[in-house]
Amino acid sequence: MAAVLRSVVGNNFVVPTTRSLLLRFPAFEVKYHLETVGSGGHQRNYSTPRAAVQQTHILAKYGGRHTVTLMTGDGVGPELLSHVQEIFRYAGAPIDFEVVEINSSTNTPEDMYNAILSVKRNGVALKGNIETKFDDPSFKSMNVALRTKLDLFASIVKCKSIPGLNLRHQDVDCVLIRENTEGEYRQLEHESVPGVVESLKIITAKKSKKIAQFAFNYAVEHGRKKVTAIHKANIMKLGDGLFLECCREVSKDYPEIQFNDLIIDNASMQMVARPSQFDVLCMPNLYGNILSNIAAGLIGGAGVVSGMNIGDNYAVFESGTRNSGRSMKGKNIANPTGMLLASCDMLDYLGHGAHAKLIRESVMTVLSEKQIRTPDIGGNASTLDVVKAIIDDIKPKTLAWSQNRQHDSYLE
Amino acid sequence: KQLVTMIPGDGIGPEISEAVKKIFSAAGVPVDWEDVDVTPVKGPDGRFRLPQKIFESMERTKVGLKGPLATPIGKGHQSLNLALRKAFSLYANVRPCKSIEGYETPYNNVDIVTIRENTEGEYSGIEHLIVDGVVQSIKLITEQASRRVAEYAFKYARDNKRSTVTAVHKANIMRMSDGLFLKCCRDVAAKNKDIKFSEMYLDTVCLNLVQDPSKFDVLVMPNLYGDILSDLCAGLIGGLGVTPSGNIGEEGALFESVHGTAPDIAGQNKANPTALLLSAVMMLRYMELGSYADRIENAAFAVIKEGQ
Repeated sequence: MAAVLRSVVGNNFVVPTTRSLLLRFPAFEVKYHLETVGSGGHQRNYSTPRAAVQQTHILAKYGGRHTVTLMTGDGVGPELLSHVQEIFRYAGAPIDFEVVEINSSTNTPEDMYNAILSVKRNGVALKGNIETKFDDPSFKSMNVALRTKLDLFASIVKCKSIPGLNLRHQDVDCVLIRENTEGEYRQLEHESVPGVVESLKIITAKKSKKIAQFAFNYAVEHGRKKVTAIHKANIMKLGDGLFLECCREVSKDYPEIQFNDLIIDNASMQMVARPSQFDVLCMPNLYGNILSNIAAGLIGGAGVVSGMNIGDNYAVFESGTRNSGRSMKGKNIANPTGMLLASCDMLDYLGHGAHAKLIRESVMTVLSEKQIRTPDIGGNASTLDVVKAIIDDIKPKTLAWSQNRQHDSYLE
Repeated sequence: KQLVTMIPGDGIGPEISEAVKKIFSAAGVPVDWEDVDVTPVKGPDGRFRLPQKIFESMERTKVGLKGPLATPIGKGHQSLNLALRKAFSLYANVRPCKSIEGYETPYNNVDIVTIRENTEGEYSGIEHLIVDGVVQSIKLITEQASRRVAEYAFKYARDNKRSTVTAVHKANIMRMSDGLFLKCCRDVAAKNKDIKFSEMYLDTVCLNLVQDPSKFDVLVMPNLYGDILSDLCAGLIGGLGVTPSGNIGEEGALFESVHGTAPDIAGQNKANPTALLLSAVMMLRYMELGSYADRIENAAFAVIKEGQ
């Protein structure tokens, strides 16, 4: 087989590795982890065997500890991320952070380049939101630039009702998967005539299929039953029509998952009336933004939701609603929950499930049972109070680990 | 007596229009109805278009009331609703959403008016297949249309004694287009200093709207955001079956019920006429027959309150 390939390739010097062979023959089901040659890292397959060959993630792991880029951002980003670092220390999470100072005042091309290089080196990042000064026409959104340059094609926001928070809807449990790199966010605009501006929204079959496949794989992997595509194909017949067609085609490969579609305005209405009907949602960029924010509002707001941006090779974790929270900067009232849950997702992604579970349980205990909450969800504790409570909850658990170890050495 | 064009529509349209007519004659409103059917007819070039009757009728009456019309998804002719809007340059869509006593939803302190630019933006209908598998949809924003809708928003706020107008946009992503819209809103706000003006990102508005709707008053925005937000607000008060809507143009206005045609319950005397009735009430206020409007509105709310 290798010989056949080499002859096809001809004079181009391509050494077909196991990985590239499998890529050409996607029928192979890969159930084990793939090793790459010479990258110094360890690849991990994040999704099911059906798509295992398509995603090869880069991770920087030295001596059992992962190195992760930490992008500080604007607003409350820096303070929340420092709380994350502190909690990781107490939990004993084997993560080293490479801190990259990036925000709206460091927007030179070199700053962007350095930040992206850091993420490419480490493979994983934790990020605060960077404000966009939209009054300055030369200032391009840095968040969007990061996402497109790293090809983080999928954004996942998980919304689940938090027990103990007294909100209007208690039965929300949906996962919003949104295409992250094209659609309305292509930032292709021009002023054809003074006073007339055109903005282009691009939809491609390739990216639509990719995100649809990602959504269905996610559903299978996490035991979800239904995928809903959101669109506005009655008005944008070609654009959203194409997106819908791609989703429909992909759904045929997954007969065990229910598939339906909804128009975005109907979906918004249904989300506020009966959010329990949604399971996994698959959407283009802008509608994803809107519905994620609606769903986030239903379970408690910007402070409690986490989000992740996944690409073929990299992953960046951040708050679900991508707010910078500049009005709360420095006041010690921001809610650290969202950022902490994002960092737990990151630990899961890196394979440190035990630590992720430890921190997540403490966060949820403090939020639901002990009810120590910041003002945005109706409490009157400060950020530091919440962080301290979480640390206090973590301490006995990690102490138990070291106690077990002491016990073992005693037996020896 | 004033003449008003009535478009019954499809599905449950005819029965709810009859209901409205009956209520109006019972209230003694000085209005005469002129019914027009807008099923597309085949023109001389083979393409479907609106019949000439509707244009002539609206020319005369300048005011219309419309029931629901059907639009096919993804294929076929351009949406009929859009065609009507373009033809009469109905540039502002106004949807007042107020919590209705007696019709309980988890949100009971809603009092928001969404004013949405109705003619351009993402709904310009300009799309191209560039290469196989790549489609480009064009969102058009013009200074003239943005200015027009912003001015109407402030006028509406003043006429109805509302305190704040909020512009909803996504200028951090769509710098030039939403940036232009925002600039027009700011310019108009500077000329209307008696009304408070604020601006907010679309996602922040969505987030806050589902947590605390009482924070918002009048919202003004381009076409797509307006579509979604107005439906969101309708969802907050109980759905499209109870939400009125009006389209204001430079030379007339068309009031409509925004729900679907519900073909499954047509003809069974089950349809809810509230949306069309409240839209008709909006129409009366526009025609400056406010006293009749108040009477009919109070009666409708009383009926809902009693639980019928």
